[in-house]
Amino acid sequence: MSDRSKLIATGKPFKFDKKRDTEFEQLVKRYPSRESMVLPALWLVQEQESWVCQEAIGYIADRIGTFASKVYEVATFYSMFNLHPVGKYHICVCRTLSCWLRGKQDIVNYFRDELNLTPGKATEDKKFSLEEVECLGHCGSAPVLQINGEFYENMDVDKVKKLLATFK
Amino acid sequence: MMQEAKILSAKFAIKNSNKLTVAKKHGAYQTLDKLFSSKQGDVIEIVKNSGLRGRGGAGFPTGMKWSFLPKGLDKPVYLAVNADESEPGTFKDRYILAQDPHLLIEGIIIACYAINSHDAYIYIRGEYTTQRTILQNAIDEACKAGLIGEKVGKQNYRINITIHRGAGAYICGEETALLESIEGKKGQPRSKPPFPAVEGLYACPTIINNVQSIASLPWIIQNGAMAYKRYGIESATGTHLFGISGHVEKPGVYELPFGLPLLDVINEMAGGVWKGRKLKGVIPGGSSCPVLTPEEAATATLDYASMAEHKTMFGSGGIVVLDETVSMPELAVNLTQFYHHESCGQCTPCREGLGWMEKILKKIVAGEATMRDLNLVRELCDNIEGKTVCVLAAACTMPIRALLDKYRDEFEALLKPEPTDAVTEASAEQE
Ligand SMILES: Cc1cc2nc3c(=O)[nH]c(=O)nc-3n(C[C@H](O)[C@H](O)[C@H](O)COP(=O)(O)O)c2cc1C
Ligand code: SF4
Ligand code: FES
Repeated sequence: MSDRSKLIATGKPFKFDKKRDTEFEQLVKRYPSRESMVLPALWLVQEQESWVCQEAIGYIADRIGTFASKVYEVATFYSMFNLHPVGKYHICVCRTLSCWLRGKQDIVNYFRDELNLTPGKATEDKKFSLEEVECLGHCGSAPVLQINGEFYENMDVDKVKKLLATFK
Repeated sequence: MMQEAKILSAKFAIKNSNKLTVAKKHGAYQTLDKLFSSKQGDVIEIVKNSGLRGRGGAGFPTGMKWSFLPKGLDKPVYLAVNADESEPGTFKDRYILAQDPHLLIEGIIIACYAINSHDAYIYIRGEYTTQRTILQNAIDEACKAGLIGEKVGKQNYRINITIHRGAGAYICGEETALLESIEGKKGQPRSKPPFPAVEGLYACPTIINNVQSIASLPWIIQNGAMAYKRYGIESATGTHLFGISGHVEKPGVYELPFGLPLLDVINEMAGGVWKGRKLKGVIPGGSSCPVLTPEEAATATLDYASMAEHKTMFGSGGIVVLDETVSMPELAVNLTQFYHHESCGQCTPCREGLGWMEKILKKIVAGEATMRDLNLVRELCDNIEGKTVCVLAAACTMPIRALLDKYRDEFEALLKPEPTDAVTEASAEQE
């Protein structure tokens, strides 16, 4: 999303829940170096909280035994890590080649016109946030959206309308 | 009538083919006895003789790559399976990951044994969420069944497979960026040499192979190199999962032998250009491959040599069809934006140069550019190439140069007249 250089502090300490804690300890055994855990740990944070806050960066660094600046550097490099809170439904529209050829812009325009939602922003009620992303590897069923991890293929404005109505 | 081949896609249409019991019923893991009674060197020989070339884009012979591993080192050897699949127009590996993950696992067992590796990492792009879950379930099933794990086959060979998730960086498909990412770093490609076969993951010898390359191995071991060579042509043996997308009636993935005429494949498999429209161009192998005009496409066949003769690349075999309504300048903007956004940032010509190309191309599309701008963006293509750590920058300049050269009229039509001379322009700006 927009600015990928600033972290947001929640003011509360971060900690893995039990499930993530166990997963972390299992995964760490798979690598000869603890530093390899930076990406997996960031994923665990995001799965738990839907975004990555400043406290989580420090927590990961402590768990791995590395510098917070190293974790920060990685978190800002990889675009899938949300560095600020996202909507309840985080919508990613593929903007690249095949999706562009088959009408992704109509869908982006629909979000703008109907929901006042533009890429990098969230609706006021924080229900939806929108992001334009690069090729999602589903070019044969373009245009595609990915919402909270789930793929929606062969989309058009009508289908988007119907889909959004199912999100409570 | 063109026939689809069934080497990689044999189980795609079978219900629950990603479950171990179903996969086994349809022939999965039948090569293992044969594998573990063969010498490791003999397995490499079979793969060499099969003519298998890497399916990740560069087409490097797989058996030859394996034989670059240094002998007699006391360091571990790693296998990294490239499931990053992020090149626009490419969506083939996903089918293997989701429809037949056991084919990939069986291929990994073969590759690990051949190169004497005990640890394989599958680097999967972060967006492939369902695919990762399916693959992880398949790995867990295979582990429970003793097909992978501490003691495999009659040799008690140890093989561990770990999935490593990317997080939205196209550059991590580049093999050394991929290794950096597994090591927990930013995905910035390394300078070569040393090549990964000598010094790769954790400074140990490492082989990086694409998902489809690895998934081709079970059939080759089962049926032999000669049988594999009966598919395709001399310089490009076997089959490929062609992804056809863009302006066609029936986009999708089709498994075909190498060497078929490009346009026949588009027409017979994918139903031709959609809506009865005319063809304007074909991007033959993913977004970094220079576009072919309809005339060029008419003589091209789907293999490395023909694509090279046509001054483009076979790439990933992701064919993108462009109909007559496509604005080539706008296409150039779309592609440049992608590569600029995905630049890892460590080389100035790539980080800054692609940004300038994007700016100028946008200016052209907006009708605010002059001939000088058009010439400048064309010059940039030549000046960026070959001056960077990896080929991402060239993956942008090559297709943009082709668009500029082959469809130049369309760019020129958007230009405004040059100011009469530079001095008047400068003084006008000061006012
Ligand atoms: C910018 C860039 C992106 C790449 N992306 C991928 C990819 O997504 N998947 C892949 O298999 N290879 C990709 N490659 C090629 C890999 O570097 C490498 O050649 C390949 O994985 C080797 O496997 P193979 O020999 O089996 O093809 C990419 C290369 C570059 C330069
Ligand atoms: S060419 Fe671009 S992507 Fe490749 S290493 Fe240089 S800056 Fe990074
Ligand atoms: S271009 Fe949209 S999924 Fe590939």
